[in-house]
Amino acid sequence: MKIKDHMELFQNRQYQEMFERKREFERPCSQDEVREVMEWTKTEEYKEKNFAREALVINPAKACQPLGAVLCALGFEGTLPFVHGSQGCAAYFRSHLSRHFKEPVPAVSTSMTEDAAVFGGLNNMLEGFENAYALYRPEMFAVCTTCMAEVIGDDLGAFIRQAKDKGKIPPEIPTPFAHTPSFAGSHTNGYDSMLKAILAYFTDKGPDSDESVNIIMGFDTYTGNVREIKRMLQLMGVNYRILSDISDVLDSSNVGEYIMYPGGTPLEELKRAANARATVALQRFSTEKTGEFIREVWGQEFIAGPMPIGIENTERFLEEISRLTGREIPDEIEAERGRAVDAMVDSHPYVHGKRFALVGDPDLLLGLIRFLLEMGGEPVHIVCTNGDKKFEEEANALLGSSFHGRNGKVYIGKDMWHLRSLMFTEPVDLLIGNSYAKFLWRDTGTPLIRIGFPIFDRHHLHRYPIVGYQGVINLVNWIVNTVLDEMDRASVNTQSFDVIR
Amino acid sequence: MRATIERTQKIIDEVLEVYPERTRKLRAKHIKPNDPTGECGSACQVRSNVKSRPGVMTIRGCAYAGSKGVVWGPVKDVVHLSHGPVGCGQYSWWSRRNYYNGITGIDSFVTMHITSDFQEKDIVFGGDRKLEQICREIKDLFPLAKGITIQSECPVGLIGDDIEAVAKKMTEELGIPVVPVRCEGFRGVSQSLGHHIANDSIRDHVLDRVDLEKSTPYDVALIGDYNIGGDAWATRKILEEMGLRVIAHWTGDGTLRELALTPRAKLNLIHCYRSMNYICRHMEERYGIPWVEYNFFGPTKIYESIRKIASYFDDYIKERAEAVIAKYKPWMDRVIEQYRPRLEGKIVMLYVGGLRPRHVIGAYEDLGMKVIATGYEFGHKDDYQRTYPELEEGTLLYDDATPYELEEFTKRLKPDLVGSGIKEKYAYHKMGVPFRQMHSWDYSGPYHGFDGFPVFARDMDMTVNNPTWKLIRRKER
Repeated sequence: MKIKDHMELFQNRQYQEMFERKREFERPCSQDEVREVMEWTKTEEYKEKNFAREALVINPAKACQPLGAVLCALGFEGTLPFVHGSQGCAAYFRSHLSRHFKEPVPAVSTSMTEDAAVFGGLNNMLEGFENAYALYRPEMFAVCTTCMAEVIGDDLGAFIRQAKDKGKIPPEIPTPFAHTPSFAGSHTNGYDSMLKAILAYFTDKGPDSDESVNIIMGFDTYTGNVREIKRMLQLMGVNYRILSDISDVLDSSNVGEYIMYPGGTPLEELKRAANARATVALQRFSTEKTGEFIREVWGQEFIAGPMPIGIENTERFLEEISRLTGREIPDEIEAERGRAVDAMVDSHPYVHGKRFALVGDPDLLLGLIRFLLEMGGEPVHIVCTNGDKKFEEEANALLGSSFHGRNGKVYIGKDMWHLRSLMFTEPVDLLIGNSYAKFLWRDTGTPLIRIGFPIFDRHHLHRYPIVGYQGVINLVNWIVNTVLDEMDRASVNTQSFDVIR
Repeated sequence: MRATIERTQKIIDEVLEVYPERTRKLRAKHIKPNDPTGECGSACQVRSNVKSRPGVMTIRGCAYAGSKGVVWGPVKDVVHLSHGPVGCGQYSWWSRRNYYNGITGIDSFVTMHITSDFQEKDIVFGGDRKLEQICREIKDLFPLAKGITIQSECPVGLIGDDIEAVAKKMTEELGIPVVPVRCEGFRGVSQSLGHHIANDSIRDHVLDRVDLEKSTPYDVALIGDYNIGGDAWATRKILEEMGLRVIAHWTGDGTLRELALTPRAKLNLIHCYRSMNYICRHMEERYGIPWVEYNFFGPTKIYESIRKIASYFDDYIKERAEAVIAKYKPWMDRVIEQYRPRLEGKIVMLYVGGLRPRHVIGAYEDLGMKVIATGYEFGHKDDYQRTYPELEEGTLLYDDATPYELEEFTKRLKPDLVGSGIKEKYAYHKMGVPFRQMHSWDYSGPYHGFDGFPVFARDMDMTVNNPTWKLIRRKER
């Protein structure tokens, strides 16, 4: 029996006629009116109006601080993200991350309600600790806040002290906390604040520094990236530790039971982090506070970014590691570089001169821009909702460094509705963004290459690295084969329907 | 106490043992063995609609989720402003699959994330002036929007903004309804209060503002169907074939005008009782419109419901109702014939929201499956009262269950299939227990109506009987 679901069902005549009948009650705008407005939204005039708005935000590419804090906390072994505030927020963080990683995401909330708005959230926090500890036995609570707790100004430090004094949780259990107001910054800042809080909690600097290097991924939702960085460092024989390692937590093995804490940076390792020789962060904008802390309090060398996306950035990363550790870059990695470059050379005709629109987080964008420039692609519209002036300067400098960057323009604090106007008035060949960018794909017909966060509508992409030389090969694969797919579609009934390309 | 009830109570006691004493006592009131007869008295009455305990990892959401995410969100020709910081709108952006016809960004706005993106200065100085400007900008950029709703997030209520005043002013200035909705996430104990608040805001700002040009004796409104994967359409199709005229959708594929003209209906048909009984009761009191609960999951309940709905009308409708049943029954029988042998005797554990913890029981039974445990995320007493008679004695019932409880009950009851939400899904995948999302239909659907049941049957079969489950190698412990 052929079973039709929503994909086919509603296309049949009976449903189409039913939709037509429903319009009598909807009394929609006339089709002429709709067409007219639709065409108008594609114009220069609309773009000006769209860019003139000052208060309204439409389809932004950013989330709020505590989401980043939760992601960061998940990267530590036995750690339960503990969200102080309204319970809906924790539910949202869990579902949002689960939809991207296709993995369970634990996080508890203190479930503050109206009475807590009046009297403060102390009781919620005390009971929250007691219950969460009894049920989920974490080795560490990583506490962050929602906007509710921030607006009423709860004193986290005092509350946590009381929880321990009153015996709600053992006094020795680590309880780092970060203020993560959702009305400031974005998810990348929340990541930064939580990481800084966790590192500060464990600062126990011994007399001597050891030979190890700390690695910080930043707000990076590619478990494949963590694995790839680890693989390269292992090949180099580097003594490293990842600070917030989400790879085994958000890409865990199926062993027939639910393991709540399946991996992450061991707390013992975390304690040694202050004694490392240096810390290398793969992102700059999601580690600003953390970096400042590491430099000032740990007195450590701190190197931040650029994300090792593309050949040059990967080289830079490997060279820094080599410089810091005295380890040479082995032939095996050199051979990988050769293969990645070979792939770029082979595929360059399909990328050279192609115009790209990009939307995403600051560090990711900087990496992708450089990679596109390396391949002769042309970044044209670069939209960074959570980008600041510093990002803008860096991105502009990067564009200015290459002939292929000459048409690039950077838009900070803008959203995907701005980008829609840009893509209509100055069309591009390809779009790079997260799953929500598919609305731009639909409206403008520009093929979408899904890179970033969140990716909800494609499976497993986050398992594939976009960093390192293997990352280069993955990026080339996604971009070039998107171009080739489109060429097939465009040429299907023409002479150009080629088999060999 | 009867043996089945005792057996279940024993499991409950075991699972609750780990809780701190106070929480254990409180949770014990929410988890009960089913007593369909009511003879067991308060010992089997599930306590519900009270605060979740902090720290237990409740699966519940908030009032904003109930209003923006559930009730208002699907109304397609209105711009719904997530008023406050950026996160709430981001995380609820097109996650509920309320299908609609329309051109997004032009005359329809369901799949957009429109927010005031509060910053520190808005918290300090208040967001009312910004809100005014936002309303003007919405009108400017989306001239075909029929209205604006202001979906309040937590800070709005905490900093004392007067969104009602702004809404009133902007309604006059812009000439379209601007509806303030006080659905801050800290209000109430779950998404449930958000449903109620949203219902009330429709009542106060939209309802009864429009007249129908012509009425018929067969005018009905479809209430509490959010058109997930096209559910409301599959439902409407049946109602139309019965000879009824559906004048309004609440709220899947709905419009502002439909909401406004609903008091012209002769009968309100309500599917999701939990989220929309409020408006039905209001229309009953204010306009004398009767309302009837129905269940369009699975053929048994669909036939029953068609006859129940028809009983409110004359012979013409009653005859057509029988004709509709006669038309679809052979097809439904074939679906059952195909899938029942593959699913017969399988046991199901549910933990969902709204109407599903009880409404899908019959559909599983049509396939020879049995629901052995169920519960509501945000149900009230009246939901449980409607549930007890649907289930066998001793069936496990849990209210506002925690992931810990669900996992422990799963280990003990060993269901062949679990139906719950995205937050539960992947933990069950790790456990190797077949799982379907029963909020979003796991990106499938529709599940309502005659067109929905075959999809439901196919989906349950593909998940229960998929070979991948057998590949999981359980770690030796």
